[in-house]
Amino acid sequence: MSRNIPLRHLAHARAGDKGNTSCVSVWAYDPGDYALLKEQLTAERIKAAFPCLIQGAVERYELDDLHGLNFVMFDALEGGVNTSLGLDSHGKSWSFLFLGLDIEVPENRVETS
Amino acid sequence: MIRLGAGSGFSSDRLQPAIDLARDGELDWLVFETIGERTLAFGHRDRQLDASKGYNPQLAKRMRGVLGHCHANGTRIMSNMGVANVSAAAEVVIGVARELSLKGLKVAALEGDEITDLMAPETVLFDFGGRRLEEVGKPLVGANVYLGIDAMLPAVESGADVVITGRVADPSLFLAPLVNHFGWQTDDWELMGRGTLVGHLMECGMQVTGGYFADPGFKDVSRLADCGYPIADVAEDGSVEISKLAGTGGRVSQRTVKEQLLYEVHDPRKYLTPDVTADFSTVVIDEVERDRVRVSNAGGRKRPDQLKVTVGFDGGYFGEAGVSYAGPGASKRAELARDILVELLDRIPGAQGTYRTDIVGLNAVHARARAATDRQREIVEDVRLRVGMRTVDREAVEMMLWEVEALLCCGPAGGGGYRGQISPSVVTHSTMIDRDMVSPRVTIYEA
Repeated sequence: MSRNIPLRHLAHARAGDKGNTSCVSVWAYDPGDYALLKEQLTAERIKAAFPCLIQGAVERYELDDLHGLNFVMFDALEGGVNTSLGLDSHGKSWSFLFLGLDIEVPENRVETS
Repeated sequence: MIRLGAGSGFSSDRLQPAIDLARDGELDWLVFETIGERTLAFGHRDRQLDASKGYNPQLAKRMRGVLGHCHANGTRIMSNMGVANVSAAAEVVIGVARELSLKGLKVAALEGDEITDLMAPETVLFDFGGRRLEEVGKPLVGANVYLGIDAMLPAVESGADVVITGRVADPSLFLAPLVNHFGWQTDDWELMGRGTLVGHLMECGMQVTGGYFADPGFKDVSRLADCGYPIADVAEDGSVEISKLAGTGGRVSQRTVKEQLLYEVHDPRKYLTPDVTADFSTVVIDEVERDRVRVSNAGGRKRPDQLKVTVGFDGGYFGEAGVSYAGPGASKRAELARDILVELLDRIPGAQGTYRTDIVGLNAVHARARAATDRQREIVEDVRLRVGMRTVDREAVEMMLWEVEALLCCGPAGGGGYRGQISPSVVTHSTMIDRDMVSPRVTIYEA
């Protein structure tokens, strides 16, 4: 049996930008959850989760020793900080788009936070 | 051992903690990083409006705050606050030094990052689908190459109290003092990788000491109003301990360091700077005591052959305007206002496609990712219709502002709080250039 909980309960994240490319790193609070994140937070899932935002490819890099995943999303910031018409033209708030995604965890998982 | 401190992490960063660090940090160098793609564009824009401007607008205030302390403590200052007008910035620093009677204070100004003259219509922009510069269809404002430590070292070696640059790679602001202090060979790629990691962790200031981090209930950080800027104690092998002044707010932890480790990084194995291809994938992070984190074992390989260039174009004008709706039915009234406005704006010739509307309070920031739900629409107490428009046609932007303001009388019930502003816009793209095309030069000024 399993249930879904928001990623925010399992990981912290930070967003950055370079031109029209957005980068979001995701870090497991508990190293024991890293495998779960690695399995479920695939580049394909991120690309599919935000189809209106991410026009280009999504790449994922893994830092297994530090229990972190780095996502690079191309053509994703409406042109970038000097072109976008949006309020958050850097995409600084994108870390929390990620942290709102659901992660499937075992039903009997004990909450740590 | 050498001790570096950060006095800012971006153009508008806080000043008082930098003064505290200059006074009490026992620093060898205090480094102010202030340039981003956005603020470099602002620098060009400011210089276009006034040829004596284009450097960081807070330069004089920052120097008035720290120069006396740094002089008294033997701390040297490194900064890219020259932005788009390095020589004018050097004069400002000299002026402040004279105000403070710091006679004989030396400023080294590094120029040569501006390479607008080297741009050609056929220059290929790699972030613009490989299209050519002439295809942007906008007037060129300026082009700046990311210089590295090879350009900076003569300025550092001059012994100047203050080194002022324009566009250099951010981590190079920290790596140059390290190379100078330890006498590292600049082709020792592992050391260059480690020193670059020091710079990368420090260049965003408080982003490694608890800023851009707090998430109440999940990642709590105490006393952010008094957050301290980071201090890096760097050893000869390139390992570093990141800390902050005792008594300051904020937090230095494994988590704050991890988040900064990959900030704006693509492939952690290939972090490209003018100085090295740094490898952050092997890094080891240890908390040695509260608010003191040791970071070691970064790697590096040969530096890239070419240098990156940011190219700015005159993007015309960026206008923003908004009006608020509150209380029962606020979101429906804001949506009605938006519909009216879109109908009117689309009658302005050429305006279609140059603007975007948001309803702030109804998931405006992430609207492209997730539409607001009906429940959000019902419970929201307070929303704001907001329009952003970018176009070369100033009249269109002025008309947009007028139409948003007109909603006060001609729009839905209860609309208030109109604000609108227009600012010049610079859009940026990127290209690469061969190293030997660039001619950096250092000028020494004395107070």
